[in-house]
Amino acid sequence: MTFFLQLIVTGVAQGMVYALIAIGFVIILKCSEVFNIAQGHFVLIGGYLGWTFLVLLGLPIWAALLAAIATAVIMGLLIERLMLRPMVGKPVLAVIMMTIALSTVLGGVATLLWGAEYKAYHGLLPTIIMKVGTISIPSESLIGLIVSVICVAILMFLFRYTKIGLAMRATAEDLQVVQSVGIKATTVYAVSWVIASVVGVIGGILLGGVSGANMDLANIGLKAFAVVLLGGVNSVGGAILAGIILGMLENVAAGYLDPILPGGGLAQVFPFFVMIIVLVFRPHGLFGLAHIERV
Amino acid sequence: MGLRTGTFHENYAEEMATFNSRLRWGLVAALIVVLFLCPFFLSDRMLTILTTMGIAVVSVHGLNILTGYCGQISMGHSGFMAVGGYTSAILCAELGWPFWAALPCGALAAGIAGLLFGLPSLKIKGFYLIMATIAAQFIIIWIIIQLRSITGGTDGLLVPKPTICGISLTSKANYYYLVMFFVVLATITAHNIVRTRAGRAFIAIRDNEVAAEVMGVSLWSYKLQAFFIGCIYAGAAGSLLVHYVRFASIEQFPFMDSVWYLGMLIVGGMGSTAGAIFGVIALKLLDELVTVSGPILAAAVAPQAAASLALISHGLIIIIFLIFEPRGLYHRWEMIRAYFRLWPYSHEASE
Repeated sequence: MTFFLQLIVTGVAQGMVYALIAIGFVIILKCSEVFNIAQGHFVLIGGYLGWTFLVLLGLPIWAALLAAIATAVIMGLLIERLMLRPMVGKPVLAVIMMTIALSTVLGGVATLLWGAEYKAYHGLLPTIIMKVGTISIPSESLIGLIVSVICVAILMFLFRYTKIGLAMRATAEDLQVVQSVGIKATTVYAVSWVIASVVGVIGGILLGGVSGANMDLANIGLKAFAVVLLGGVNSVGGAILAGIILGMLENVAAGYLDPILPGGGLAQVFPFFVMIIVLVFRPHGLFGLAHIERV
Repeated sequence: MGLRTGTFHENYAEEMATFNSRLRWGLVAALIVVLFLCPFFLSDRMLTILTTMGIAVVSVHGLNILTGYCGQISMGHSGFMAVGGYTSAILCAELGWPFWAALPCGALAAGIAGLLFGLPSLKIKGFYLIMATIAAQFIIIWIIIQLRSITGGTDGLLVPKPTICGISLTSKANYYYLVMFFVVLATITAHNIVRTRAGRAFIAIRDNEVAAEVMGVSLWSYKLQAFFIGCIYAGAAGSLLVHYVRFASIEQFPFMDSVWYLGMLIVGGMGSTAGAIFGVIALKLLDELVTVSGPILAAAVAPQAAASLALISHGLIIIIFLIFEPRGLYHRWEMIRAYFRLWPYSHEASE
């Protein structure tokens, strides 16, 4: 039983990581119908930015966070203006290839600047250690949970009660109508990319603070798509819930089946099995809107 | 695009002909002859480059039928290559089959894998299909690792020397001939498949699925056909690759290769046989440029500059093509040809 509970708790921790990546993805998708494959690479850049500001430059935490967020804002604006703006109205494949190309460029930049090395900065972020009975709750789980909840709360507020949030929801609904009532769609796109890049970078700093920054952070991004699909591509809350569900399932499945399977490594492919199953049986996910095609 | 002055189409057969003048026939024949004469005046290194290019061309032709013509985006092409490569490697290494029999079996196995993973395409499209094919890539590689007893798992599998009719294909020149034979074969079949009834159905599905279905095109049948055909090419290419290296390992079929195959298609121009070839040549040349300039850059800037150069240059070239030349090199090539055909009355070249 302890083994099972420990698997569940580790799974939730893993799931929060997925959820953080998935939230940024869902925001861009909601506003601009762009599937951003490079979301995992924002997390990667964030992890290394955390190391740069906290260790290399020795800034205090609040200053490092502000500096990282400022960098993320500039990164988001540049990416939107230079790469995604020319792709407005282009076919899905072209836009997705653009974000894939963006992900390789970001990976290349990370390799160039930080040498694709493992950079650890444990102990610089506040850590919370909790124990319930015999099960220890890893601090990445708690930090991930807290940050995800804060992110979602801010985003919910933004979407519901601010003018730009309303504009973003409207843009997702109908681009032409939005333009005809005088809302600048380009501003909305820019804001959505800035939000996604900031969320990604914050997630990266947290992950880096807990387990160190390395190139694997970007690979987690690929697995986070299973979370996005399971939760429904246009549901922020669904992304979090699906992240937890998937993280738990993945850990339980790997914990019990890996000793039986000769090659092991089930945790690495489990999200992809979930992805296929979701796509075949419920393409719009648990909380997403079903897409009806009209001619 | 107009015709060359003095060339007329007088009946349907002439309209549909691949080559509408003797000159084009002659040029293509000359190109093939030059390709087969290459081993006599090129170094081994150049032959290696051309051979890997040839294998990529076979694979990208398949992806072009699936993605460029049928509109079903596959980001697991490298995984399907792995199915073909491993099948023929196992048949040769464990069961002692001859190379000429193992290669078609590998291609067929990849085709069947394509059918299996193409099933979700009946229900989903666009981004969702991309996700399903990415999943296919990782699941295939995982299954290969699981079947350690026959595939060797992560250690890989040694493949015996390929021979055909007693001729050993171990020398670079001999294998080059084999690959070029397959390149020519793949190009001819790819060019003709898209001119058949099935090919026209593929294009109809790509342009508008619902309209195609209303007109009587069976989506179920033709989408799966596109997956089957596309993956057969991938399987043949994977088999050629494994027998070329004489070693099968999962590192030969990474996920990023699937991405680069799509990139080649975009750079070359989707939905044209020549475009697929152009794209492969362009990106493989870029690869070579990176390999050559990498050590210089590493010495001049930083040791990690070489590794990042490959990623950044590939990413940037795809970004540049997507923004400035979304129809690819093939379209540019057609424009240049039209310019010279119409010179000095170039204002006629408005499509």
